[in-house]
Amino acid sequence: MKILIMVKRVTDPNVTIRPNTDSSNVDLTNVKMAMNPFCEIATEEAVRLKEAGIASEIIVLSIGDKQSQDQIRTSLAMGADRGILIETDATLEPLNIAKLAAKVIEEEEIDLVLLGKQSSDKDNNQTGQMLAAIKDWGQATFASKLDINNEKATVTREVDTGLQTIELTLPAVVTCDLRLNTPRFASLPNIMKAKRKPLVVKPIEEFGLDLTPRFKMLNVESPQVREAGDILGSVDELLEKLKTTEGVL
Amino acid sequence: MTILIIAEHDNSSLKEITLNTITAATEIGGDIDLLIAGETCTAAAEAAAKISGITRVLVADKPCYNGQLAENVAALIMSIASNYTHILAPSTANGKNVLPRVAAKLDVSLLSDVISVESPDTFKRSIYAGNIIATLQSLDPIKLLTIRGTSFSPSEQNGSATIEAVDGAFDEALSQFINNDTVVNERPELTSAKIVISGGRGMQNGENFSMLEKVADKIGAAVGATRAAVDAGFVPNDMQVGQTGKIVAPDLYIAVGVSGAIQHLAGMKESKVIVAINKDPEAPIFQVADYGIVSDLFDTLPELENAL
Ligand SMILES: Cc1cc2nc3c(=O)[nH]c(=O)nc-3n(C[C@H](O)[C@H](O)[C@H](O)COP(=O)(O)OP(=O)(O)OC[C@H]3O[C@@H](n4cnc5c(N)ncnc54)[C@H](O)[C@@H]3O)c2cc1C
Ligand SMILES: Nc1ncnc2c1ncn2[C@@H]1O[C@H](COP(=O)(O)O)[C@@H](O)[C@H]1O
Repeated sequence: MKILIMVKRVTDPNVTIRPNTDSSNVDLTNVKMAMNPFCEIATEEAVRLKEAGIASEIIVLSIGDKQSQDQIRTSLAMGADRGILIETDATLEPLNIAKLAAKVIEEEEIDLVLLGKQSSDKDNNQTGQMLAAIKDWGQATFASKLDINNEKATVTREVDTGLQTIELTLPAVVTCDLRLNTPRFASLPNIMKAKRKPLVVKPIEEFGLDLTPRFKMLNVESPQVREAGDILGSVDELLEKLKTTEGVL
Repeated sequence: MTILIIAEHDNSSLKEITLNTITAATEIGGDIDLLIAGETCTAAAEAAAKISGITRVLVADKPCYNGQLAENVAALIMSIASNYTHILAPSTANGKNVLPRVAAKLDVSLLSDVISVESPDTFKRSIYAGNIIATLQSLDPIKLLTIRGTSFSPSEQNGSATIEAVDGAFDEALSQFINNDTVVNERPELTSAKIVISGGRGMQNGENFSMLEKVADKIGAAVGATRAAVDAGFVPNDMQVGQTGKIVAPDLYIAVGVSGAIQHLAGMKESKVIVAINKDPEAPIFQVADYGIVSDLFDTLPELENAL
């Protein structure tokens, strides 16, 4: 079974992002970048399936600028076999990311695609679902448990009211939630080994797709900040405030 | 303009967030239809017909919509999508599961978690863990949005929409529903509760969450948690509040043993009144809290329970 994992280079979640001077977009100059945390979970799950003898090969795909090779290398160091970077400096909408991934799948005969449930920079939560739609494959979003058996994937999903279990016929798309696994740290020898694993870079033009954005960013702004309030000395004082001043109790 | 809204329901009842989504649609303007896809969902459909502002309740009541599988519900939506200028769903696990699939089938983009309607084609959403609010204009012929419930007030319920059945049982046979393991909970739902009390890593373990539950039961609150508490296995994932969990905006939010990381704030900073109980006076949660108590939660929670 061949697995495709998709990893995205995002701004480090610990960095506070601000608007640029003319509020036309965010200011990302010199901002520290990282792998989207949910993509680490996708990578880990694929590697475990390979270690269990279920997966034969793990291909890692990223779409982004030249530096996205760093995140591909991280996946390779965790245990993926080879990487593909579709190189572009443009920020693409999930629809276009999904279209490009679908093209890669045409060339690679993939049985299972693992993605993160959402990207921590844009919180789209769309790409996996869109890819499944384009391929007309089954989808399981927000996976917290994945079992592969006889061409089927049994997936437990984190939903608003608890858990839902569904079964998918492969090939299929699964997006990974927090509790699916705890990603490993790549060991130094594996980081060294990953440098020699194959990584092909493809210019985006090669795919011949119309990737025109469907949204126009008109403006970005910082949200209103809340003011720090009062530190109180006792529970009684607190209840008094909540009952009398605020009327919320 | 004609707007289709995908209802959030569990067959027997309609979820409150559907009402917030209808308000967002009302701000766009035009006729609004509400789709209920499920199995034995007559009760939800009847509840929906009472909502003000909608023209028709469309009901697809078929075994293939049991569990609201994305493939089948998306195919159903596709069969009627061409009648609409906008398709909206609440930003819930279901809405996020289904609507992107519809978008790709229609070859349009989708805006997730919209917090404001500026005009029929321009919307605001929050990105970068709530650090940025972006205003975006859709250039697509059909606009697809998921709606953040806490950003819109619920619509009234004194309407009388007509109920119509939608034809077609779209069983794509790509996935199969096995079961739902639903958390049974006597407390109000997290996303619509008027009061939420959340515990963080400071709670130390799952058993200690009963201290929060006792307080919650005295004031009719829902209980939430940080990702650190979920990660550590104290409580289930459906209690997580934050950027990658649930978004809440109650009248009163009480954060106990919560540091106030930006990703947690992203899920609760629109609450009307925020209270923090934390032993570290430097904890960032105090920067957004209206009222704080710097103390050991293991002293303060029992005090609070007794005082209520
Ligand atoms: C991409 C991404 C997404 C994320 N999404 C979310 C999300 O949706 N929701 C979320 O919550 N987090 C999220 N996080 C995690 C977030 O960054 C923080 O790690 C998390 O919120 C911290 O949880 P905490 O406050 O419970 O734990 P900590 O930061 O460890 O804080 C514990 C607090 O408890 C206090 N404390 C300890 N003992 C006591 C005591 N006895 N009495 C009183 N106070 C005490 C401490 O002073 C401390 O302030 C995300 C992170 C990333 C990278
Ligand atoms: N540019 C990208 N390159 C590779 N994978 C991506 C990219 N954008 C999104 N993804 C994948 O889609 C998931 C969900 O992202 P999103 O739909 O943007 O929230 C991510 O966790 C990745 O697995």
